Amino acid sequence: MKRLMLTNQAIAQGAWQAGVRVVSSYPGTPSTEITECTAKFKEIHSEWAPNEKVALEVGIGASMAGARAMVCMKHVGLNVAADPLFTAAYTGVGGGLVIVVADDPGMHSSQNEQDSRFYARSAHVPMIEPSDSAEAVAFVDWAYRLSEQYDTPVLLRTTTRIAHAQSMVELGERVEVPLKEYQKDAPKYTMLPAHAKGRHLVVEDRENRLKADCLSFPQNRVEMRDAKLGVVCAGAVYQHVREALPNASVFKVGMVYPLPIAAIAEFAQKVDELLVVEELEPFIENQLKANGIACHGKDLFGLQGEITVAHILNKVLGKALPTAAKVPGRPPLLCAGCPHRGVYYVLRKLHCVVNGDIGCYTLGALPPLSAVDSVVCMGASIGMAHGFKYARPDAKNVAVIGDSTFVHSGVTGLINAVYNHSGITLVILDNRTTGMTGHQDHPATGKTCMGDPAPQLDLEALCLACGVAKVDVVDPYDMAACEAVLRDALADSRERVVIARRACIMKERVLDAKPLSVSDCRGCGKCLGLGCPAIVKSEGKAVIDRTQCVGCKLCKDVCPFGCIGE
Amino acid sequence: MNILIVGVGGQGTLLAAKVLGEYATLRGDEVKLSEVHGMSQRGGSVVTHVRYGKQIHTPVIWEGGADVVLAFEPLEALRYAHFLAEGGRVLTNQTPLPPMSVATGLAEYPDVDAQLDAVKVPATDLALAAGSIKCVNMVMLGALTRLLDLDYDTMRQAVQNSVKKALDMNMEAVRLGYEALK
Repeated sequence: MKRLMLTNQAIAQGAWQAGVRVVSSYPGTPSTEITECTAKFKEIHSEWAPNEKVALEVGIGASMAGARAMVCMKHVGLNVAADPLFTAAYTGVGGGLVIVVADDPGMHSSQNEQDSRFYARSAHVPMIEPSDSAEAVAFVDWAYRLSEQYDTPVLLRTTTRIAHAQSMVELGERVEVPLKEYQKDAPKYTMLPAHAKGRHLVVEDRENRLKADCLSFPQNRVEMRDAKLGVVCAGAVYQHVREALPNASVFKVGMVYPLPIAAIAEFAQKVDELLVVEELEPFIENQLKANGIACHGKDLFGLQGEITVAHILNKVLGKALPTAAKVPGRPPLLCAGCPHRGVYYVLRKLHCVVNGDIGCYTLGALPPLSAVDSVVCMGASIGMAHGFKYARPDAKNVAVIGDSTFVHSGVTGLINAVYNHSGITLVILDNRTTGMTGHQDHPATGKTCMGDPAPQLDLEALCLACGVAKVDVVDPYDMAACEAVLRDALADSRERVVIARRACIMKERVLDAKPLSVSDCRGCGKCLGLGCPAIVKSEGKAVIDRTQCVGCKLCKDVCPFGCIGE
Repeated sequence: MNILIVGVGGQGTLLAAKVLGEYATLRGDEVKLSEVHGMSQRGGSVVTHVRYGKQIHTPVIWEGGADVVLAFEPLEALRYAHFLAEGGRVLTNQTPLPPMSVATGLAEYPDVDAQLDAVKVPATDLALAAGSIKCVNMVMLGALTRLLDLDYDTMRQAVQNSVKKALDMNMEAVRLGYEALK
């Protein structure tokens, strides 16, 4: 049976067909749907781990016990999981272990556009890259065969345009792979220096074998057409190149690390000009140049953003690149009724420096709220607020983090802030879900990835156990209460936590409220400062779009003239 | 056929793309779709790519490569107009949704009519007539069916196969869109 399928769904299908038993991941665009899809297969234990490091450790453990395991994350998640990755490269595997990493060139939903291919090279782990949904299924199967044959974790890389593209997939059946027998093998699995020295040699030998063997892997293939131009490419870019330059000869790279250098050198001999088209860093190009193969690529295509068919037509064939009309931007917004809005409004009113974090609530940085001063990475808000406070003891700064992000990597920052005593105030925006990635459960929601009930992590007790002086819980719709609690916390020299708790409006429509409307607006614009998508300025006056308004009443609270009501 | 579906997060571009993918599959074509999830869903500008035909390589439509820009909001039609191929057409919902900068009076909503030759549909009104503002996407699919002379019955079948909720209302929305372009 054939089906039109998202590549992320196809990767899940591939994992199921390959007999995978354990999947552990942390949500991250554009990788999230893989684990949501594996969770639908009863043969696979799928779970949301609190972060990518734990997820990979779960994968390593399951693999060591003999099961095929998969771990999925976005590119920045691999930074978090890098510690176990580099040593899992030494231990190798029991059952096959595949790590899916999704890069985001162009930053559709990310804070940077790092190139994960370098992790493969640094950790000496093979990395493969499919070009569409059907190939993703085949590559997952290949990844497990590689993993077990070469005794190594395998990285499977996608990018947004692969992960979130749909094409036809031929569905197959699951092949049950028996658990590999477990035998204690300390020199392989216990990485103390004496053992690791031996394993490092194994890693080097493995990579040398892979470098030789990859020359004949059919997934690295030559497509000879016109010999004037030869293009080396992989992943989504392969599809763009085929579209833009249908007559060009192509070396399609299926394994991006180790690169089949000698095979590409042979291809280079057959074409007049060798062009490398790759997004982000010149990862392939520099390796070819280092091996004396004349080629170019980054002279035409920069380091930033995605490459499209139009870019290739422009750079290679000189076709003009159409220019976009200049129109007002439309960045994403906090939803109408979003519980984060009231907290940001109060923080703005109190002139706080806000050390923010990663999630929907990052959007509080945009006008008109403009309430966030910094965003770096998952969990950074708390460490940064602590450092900021040390450098400027008089600063009125707060750390703002979501519930899922706090569990991911915020709690260690809080332990540090108490241990090294800076007296920061931490606001946890607890909307009872992982919002931005599409409402995944986490340890504090009381439900697992597979929908089963789970013990609910008690955030108040956790913060108190970290040693903070006081934890207050407020309803973010009650701005007066938020303001009172925040003023009190900011005046305190001890570490304080304020949990602003209300479920994400997109997940639970908890309000029993009617949409509001404006009468006799005086045009002061106060309500517009909330940045609510349901409020529009029309002929100098505020108008509420009743199809969007959920009746949270924040605008009613900020209107100084009482013009807003049901 | 390269159809770029543009709109505002929440208007249902993903579902519209799914229906078009199903339509093309029912017609026996190769189909590829490209979409973006995450950040862009929160009321931001969204774009979904639908490509179908005998052989499709990239799922991503390029600047200068779209046969149709199917816009659920006029400003978004203008934003993505440079994706049109020569001879390509714009089909847009005529009801504007002002972005935050316009809503708060910091920017002006552009005169789309003056800058863009587009076929317009009162899709928001028709969606409300069908029963919900949420079926603007289905009205636009109905209008697209007429514009491109697609097979109406196959499109209805595609909607039936793809839409899980409120099928009757969605079918009515498709019909109203189809009739609107007579």
